[in-house]
Amino acid sequence: MTDLTDLTIATARDALRAGETTAVELAEAHLTAIEGAGALNAFVHHTPDIARAQAAAADTRIKAGDAPALCGIPIGVKDLFCTKGVPSQAASRILQGFKPEYESTVTTQLFGAGAVMLGKLNMDEFAMGSSNETSTYGNAINPWRAGNSDAALTPGGSSGGSASAVAARLCLGATGTDTGGSIRQPAAFTGTVGIKPTYGRVSRWGIVAFASSLDQAGPMTRTVRDSAIMLGAMAGHDPKDSTSADLAVPDFEAMLTGDIKGQVIGVPREYRMDGMPEEIDTLWQDGIEMLRDAGAEIRDISLPHTKYALPTYYVIAPAEASSNLARYDGVRFGHRADIGQGDGITEMYEKTRAEGFGPEVQRRVMVGTYVLSAGFYDAYYNRARKVRALIKKDFDDVFAAGVDAILTPATPSSAFELGSMADADPIEMYLNDVFTVTVNLAGLPGVAVPTGQDRKGLPMGLQVIGKPWEEGALLNVAQCLEDRAGFVARAEKWW
Amino acid sequence: MSIDKETARKVAKLARIAVPDDRLDALAGEFNAILGFIEQLQEVDVDGVEPMVSVTPQRLKRREDVVTDGGQQRAVLANAPDAREGFFAVPKVVE
Repeated sequence: MTDLTDLTIATARDALRAGETTAVELAEAHLTAIEGAGALNAFVHHTPDIARAQAAAADTRIKAGDAPALCGIPIGVKDLFCTKGVPSQAASRILQGFKPEYESTVTTQLFGAGAVMLGKLNMDEFAMGSSNETSTYGNAINPWRAGNSDAALTPGGSSGGSASAVAARLCLGATGTDTGGSIRQPAAFTGTVGIKPTYGRVSRWGIVAFASSLDQAGPMTRTVRDSAIMLGAMAGHDPKDSTSADLAVPDFEAMLTGDIKGQVIGVPREYRMDGMPEEIDTLWQDGIEMLRDAGAEIRDISLPHTKYALPTYYVIAPAEASSNLARYDGVRFGHRADIGQGDGITEMYEKTRAEGFGPEVQRRVMVGTYVLSAGFYDAYYNRARKVRALIKKDFDDVFAAGVDAILTPATPSSAFELGSMADADPIEMYLNDVFTVTVNLAGLPGVAVPTGQDRKGLPMGLQVIGKPWEEGALLNVAQCLEDRAGFVARAEKWW
Repeated sequence: MSIDKETARKVAKLARIAVPDDRLDALAGEFNAILGFIEQLQEVDVDGVEPMVSVTPQRLKRREDVVTDGGQQRAVLANAPDAREGFFAVPKVVE
């Protein structure tokens, strides 16, 4: 049998059911891979005991013939998900030592389906970042390198550890979360597949909140089929999340025919940015040709408010974050600063938050505080919510005009060097999300799929945006791209 | 709209984040860069547009108004930096 870490979720499932391997063997192979991959700094809390116990239980279920698709599949879990008794820090110092007394709905469902948790994955602090450089654990590293260079590249962010681990074959799939592009951008930077589902498809309960009207969890995997399988296990109505949709979860995998004949694919002209690298443009054109060749009708479309998406996001997300992160006060959980003689509770709050939050989190909390403060609420926050309504209407209009899905680049570049943005304005880093953030503002599903490499050999991805609740049809378009692009390159092992 | 050092100090206070005095000028500069970027929103015609409340036009589900959980004192206090006699302990609030 081939190396167990080279399997996909789908092939591992089939091998487990056929008795060709066991969940215990799969778990051991991945635990060994993780031990040898410390240089990637992807796994930040290791849970081998849990993995072994879950794998043994999975083997019992498989033998009994009761094996859901994810039974015995080793996965990694982003540090943003609360996992009972296991550190869950959102990569922040302020949650140092926090071990939840409860399990997030997503991990509860994954474990119920038999998934095996190998550990917790690195990320940007509170999911605020596009390069995994704001983490209290230090940078996660991309397993890909540019040509012969040994410079460390970002795996993207905020789900950088998830992307790195999946690309480096440390797990078969990982959970991610996406508030402005945090699943799709890292997927594109690492040659992996990641889907942000429709807002409300996956429960947010037990996931550390960043911006509640934008946050959605989704799978990160090596193939479209694997994302379909894993999303099926993560999705579903949850009474504990009032924004979770009470809709049946279809069999996403069964919808992957790869046949998109007659579908209308929109290509938004506003996504053709000034200064976009030629290689990204070529990637996009190639993707358009692949879908045309598959029998789709390609239609030029307009999403006129696209240029306002990032500024809208940088009002709404910090506003919601400033409110959500008010809970970190050093009283109920996590870090509390030492206080001096005569310090009262206000000093305790202020010192705790100054010590516990990193610079990017502090900046966003304060920007959010400002745009919500008296006198600016209408000028900034309410105006942003109105522009958000217009951004959503742009999408509603093109879907109403018969467009089935929209094709765009996933990112404006391939993975960049860690540290290269250190002196940049925060806005430059924010531009990483220029193609993905509209999707969160409109609550739509979006998937990133690798379709090519740049001249340095780094992976590049395209994004497909779908209609609300139509993740199955969306993944089918991604499947069509995956089939035709034939992306098989993988990061050469150096770690 | 430009943020000066005093405004930065006030925002930090509202956010309950201690910012040393010598960091306030730089912080004000960062705020101004971000607010300058956000300023583009002023050029959008939003007349007659309702601010978005929710991306999915669903009515939030309701449930019976009954107690569904409780008696979790140990779990609630388990992660507290300072818990005493079944309570969260904080510095003296009232003189």
